[in-house]
Amino acid sequence: MTQFTLMDILRNLVFATQWTVILSLVSFIGGGLLGLLLLFMRIGKTRWLPPVVKLYTEVFQGTPLLMQLFLAFFGLGLFGIDVPPWLAAGIALILWTAAFLVEIWRGCVEAIPKGQWEASASLGMTYVEQMRHIILPQALKVAIPPTVGFSVQVVKGTALTSIIGFTELSKAGTVLTNATFQPFTVYGLVALIYFALCFPLSQVARILERKMNVAHRH
Amino acid sequence: MNYQFDFAWLATYWPVFVDGVLMTVRLIVIGGVVGIALGTFCAWARSLGPAWLKPAVVAYVELIRNTPFLIQLFFIFFGLPAAGFRLTEVEAATLAMVINLGAYSAEIIRAGIEATPKGQFEAGASLAMSPIQTFRHVVLIPALQKIWPALASQVVIVMLGSAVVSQIAVEDLTYAANFVQSRTFRAFEAYFISTAIYLGLAILLRFALLRLGHVIFPHKRAAR
Repeated sequence: MTQFTLMDILRNLVFATQWTVILSLVSFIGGGLLGLLLLFMRIGKTRWLPPVVKLYTEVFQGTPLLMQLFLAFFGLGLFGIDVPPWLAAGIALILWTAAFLVEIWRGCVEAIPKGQWEASASLGMTYVEQMRHIILPQALKVAIPPTVGFSVQVVKGTALTSIIGFTELSKAGTVLTNATFQPFTVYGLVALIYFALCFPLSQVARILERKMNVAHRH
Repeated sequence: MNYQFDFAWLATYWPVFVDGVLMTVRLIVIGGVVGIALGTFCAWARSLGPAWLKPAVVAYVELIRNTPFLIQLFFIFFGLPAAGFRLTEVEAATLAMVINLGAYSAEIIRAGIEATPKGQFEAGASLAMSPIQTFRHVVLIPALQKIWPALASQVVIVMLGSAVVSQIAVEDLTYAANFVQSRTFRAFEAYFISTAIYLGLAILLRFALLRLGHVIFPHKRAAR
């Protein structure tokens, strides 16, 4: 029987962490792109698109991420494809991330004073030009701190994909616990690795927010 | 897609979902009340408490906010018995929810406390109130009133997050879905139903908490 030293445990956990990082990046970038598309639908001038997007965000924010993962996993299976866990995990996390980002970003666009719209309209700009030159550049600045802050939620959200069988940091923790019978050490280390991933992001978000509040006070 | 949806099993299995809902509600009621109490204490400790307590509270809040709930749960349920602290599934789940909500609500409530104008503290002191009395009667209630909607949202988030307690065999709503799908092989339908119930619970819980806010804080003062 092989014995696991602390170094063995740590090496395996760090190896599994790369999948947590990759899945986080895929979810965040994919969710960001989808969120951007949904944002334009949400704040656009059409009559029926905004309520549809609103319903989308309410459903995804009002149900557990775990359920969304299960539904993606078994729902895709209904089409007769054999669904690998990474696919279900990626799709569910992208949809979930987009639902939160679109609401965060909508708040940022709506925080732009009405006068900015009126001033740009009075310069004869079209809706697209107003968005491109006036509204979005300003909204982007406001949006960065909460967006970085939300990335922490995405990293933590990837932990749930272990439940549908995706092998990332949490799953590796469970496997190593079963192999070593040292749950205290293993889950302690897993928690510390998540902390090492998330804490810098939280701090960056906090610093950016503080900077912006100072800028706004002037 | 040739799949035929089948919900006929609901006639037999609906009581499983009822039991699951009751467990989820029980967890969030206990976890919510105790968690907010813990959060209030931590918020007090961090903004007005003794100096030695502050670093401990900061470490607790940051550690919990930057790790997944699932790992906190596993650490409490699987890890702590190794250190001689054994809990049942439901106790572990409740403790995990209390600790999690405690950290998040501490930050929310602290924001409310720090938004309190300095004059309020001075007014309390000038009426010969002790710092604790000032906190309890003058600072805390308006602070809670200010941040109540954010706190309500956080409680809903914790309720939704509690879906993972099924992983340590707590018989909550997610456990009910897992159980039913293992019996009927109707996985998609089982999770669809439980997802819909979660959505309903989230809407109801939010509504109930906001109503509760109106009851606890009846005099809606104008800002300032």
